[in-house]
Amino acid sequence: MTTITDPHQGQFRLSMLLYDSRYRSLTIQIVALIGFLMLIGWLLSNTAQNLAELGKEPSFSFMMEPAGYDINQRLLDYNSQDTHLRASFMGLLNTLLVAVMGCITATVLGVIIGVLRLSPNWIISRLSAVYVEGFRNVPVLLWIVFTMAVLIETLPQPSAFRKGEASMSLWDSVAVTNRGIYIPEPLFSRSLGDIHLLGNSSLRFDVSLDLLALLAVLIGGILTSVLIKRRADILQEATGVRPRTWHWRLGVVVVPVVLVLAILGFHLGYPELKGFNFRNGIHLRNSLIALWLALSLYTGAFIAEIVRAGILAVSKGQTEAASALGLRPKRTMSLVILPQALRVIIPPLISNYLNLTKNSSLAIAVGYMDITGTLGGITMNQTGRELETVLLLMLVYLTISLTISAVMNWYNESVKLKER
Amino acid sequence: MKKTVFLGALTVAGMAAGASAAATLDDVKARGKLNCGVTTGLVGFAAPDANGKWEGFDVDFCRAVAAAVLGDANAVEFVPTTGKTRFTALASGEVDMLARNTTWTLSRDVDLKFDFVGVNYYDGQGFLVSKEMGVSSAKDLDGATVCIQTGTTTELNLADFFRANNISYEPVPIETNAEGQQQYLAGACDTYTTDASGLAATRATFENPQDHVVLPEIISKEPLGPLVRHGDNEWADIVRWTLNALISAEELGITSTNIGELSAAPGDNPEINRLLGTEGNLGEMLGLDADWAKRAIMAGGNYGEVFAKNIGESTPIALARGLNAQWKDGGLIYSPPFR
Ligand SMILES: N[C@@H](CCC(=O)N[C@@H](CS)C(=O)NCC(=O)O)C(=O)O
Repeated sequence: MTTITDPHQGQFRLSMLLYDSRYRSLTIQIVALIGFLMLIGWLLSNTAQNLAELGKEPSFSFMMEPAGYDINQRLLDYNSQDTHLRASFMGLLNTLLVAVMGCITATVLGVIIGVLRLSPNWIISRLSAVYVEGFRNVPVLLWIVFTMAVLIETLPQPSAFRKGEASMSLWDSVAVTNRGIYIPEPLFSRSLGDIHLLGNSSLRFDVSLDLLALLAVLIGGILTSVLIKRRADILQEATGVRPRTWHWRLGVVVVPVVLVLAILGFHLGYPELKGFNFRNGIHLRNSLIALWLALSLYTGAFIAEIVRAGILAVSKGQTEAASALGLRPKRTMSLVILPQALRVIIPPLISNYLNLTKNSSLAIAVGYMDITGTLGGITMNQTGRELETVLLLMLVYLTISLTISAVMNWYNESVKLKER
Repeated sequence: MKKTVFLGALTVAGMAAGASAAATLDDVKARGKLNCGVTTGLVGFAAPDANGKWEGFDVDFCRAVAAAVLGDANAVEFVPTTGKTRFTALASGEVDMLARNTTWTLSRDVDLKFDFVGVNYYDGQGFLVSKEMGVSSAKDLDGATVCIQTGTTTELNLADFFRANNISYEPVPIETNAEGQQQYLAGACDTYTTDASGLAATRATFENPQDHVVLPEIISKEPLGPLVRHGDNEWADIVRWTLNALISAEELGITSTNIGELSAAPGDNPEINRLLGTEGNLGEMLGLDADWAKRAIMAGGNYGEVFAKNIGESTPIALARGLNAQWKDGGLIYSPPFR
């Protein structure tokens, strides 16, 4: 028999805050919290005091003043009379553009190299290892600057095309120059036009109706194709014979798209040399290419390692079981191993996407006008509003990062092992 | 009670921070060194030579201030700044003054809270192109790719110029002059634009300078001058009058060769006497000693000597005095009287 006595309910004394283990941790936490708040308070008031001393009270009204500078790569209409807010918006779009392009390329590269590194072929696996170690172990800034230098120094200048020392590639449709690559642009001679959103504000943007029409038709086609597949499945289950549907399925996607393109008068606009530069076509600037390539190659090396780790995390028994069932190695990889490996891969993949996005702020090294180059560069310098612009910049990157995390976590949730 | 102690501590901390911002002269003296913000490298204006010793038109001005204040023309820490970092460096107290091809504008003076102490070079923005392009006017540059340093007045003038003339261009933003030079020489831009003096200095370092020309149009006014933080008037006075001392010295014929003789005893020109401290107490008014201006002039010579040695017609940069001649010779260089 054991008897349990209630702990002694003595009177509370102040010293117990320190000596009684029931209260001690709470005391320490409260003291630490007070100290922390005091530090923050001191920093804030010191900053405010010093700024007031300099006569620079924090204010964000400068964002609505005309920016006065031009931006070379602008995804929407912009000129130097627009506000600093719009200039920052252009920068934000450029950041998002390179981040999205970089994440996609890095993932594709990473998956391929990660799988190849596990290849039984000695040369292939060694080459992949060299790639991974080479890119992972050199700071990304050096890769960015190096890529840019290679582009500028090795490719021909536009004047070389004029003199006939260089010529356009791919049946005269692409011009590769040291100022960037010019590719044909899609044009519509019977265009539906654009819708202008948000009027005349700094955040105004246009949506192309041609693009919307194409997307609508494409999505409709894909949905129809899925319906056809469902019917085929049902038929197969009922009769055991699967009807031949691939030509129908392809047709419902391709034919309407081609029709819409024809109606809109789709044609390509080719770059041509006029004056100092190529005009028309899409200009992929050397700064974009350098930044995009370097970021993708660098992050791709990390993703390759993550993919390799993910694959190795799937037990060997699975591979053996799959080959015992007669699956070829390629199908074993895509049907058995990769789906399971994804669960291990996704969480570290998220942090690599975040890293790539934040690393894109190194854009300034090659003069790519991202948000750091516009808001955190020229705007900050021309207005002298260091504190405000840096705060805004932090807010922007925080928002982008949290959004990426949210989306990827949602995806992670959907591929996670579902316990049934 | 606790709250008042907390707030009290904050006020003290704030005041301490505020007070230290005011007395730059004391800081410089206590440190024994002048922190002077210069360019990252523009030969003739500010660039380290083969032995790492900084040289140039702006560098000599930093040395003159150090000589006036500390008595040692070499007691200078040169801090290289880009067009973008210079103002943060000055505002944050990392440097005591800037002598860095910086244009005096209203917004920099008023909104960015700096004080320009004068103009040491009257300049304007030009365009550098290679001769083989066959361009004779900036207005022919429609569609050209233009290298431009970010965070400068030249970047804003460029946008205005092309807009006003209704022609298009593609800006390539660059951080430093070295980067601009590299991109321009590799043909990644058709033209490089900045202050005409900077273009001349950059061109002088090319392998074949004769293959490149600065176009005749000057599209802006760029009065370049040294600047200090707003709010410390004593310090601003010292820097301003050091510049005026160098200018007056040229006007009065005081050179580094005859200054020993002129400052030995009061002569018959009272202004020379006041400037060199053999008469009156101008140095004392500035919070310095009587020999301050003598030391400043001895550091690198008078304004004309500094000009001739670093960027003048006998140097590879070969800039004529032009607007930067003394007012007596038809230029704009003019110092208020020493009295
Ligand atoms: N005067 C203009 C431009 C100043 C500027 O950046 N000049 C260039 C060329 S003259 C320079 O000093 N570059 C040197 C460097 O990159 O550090 C301004 O104040 O904004």
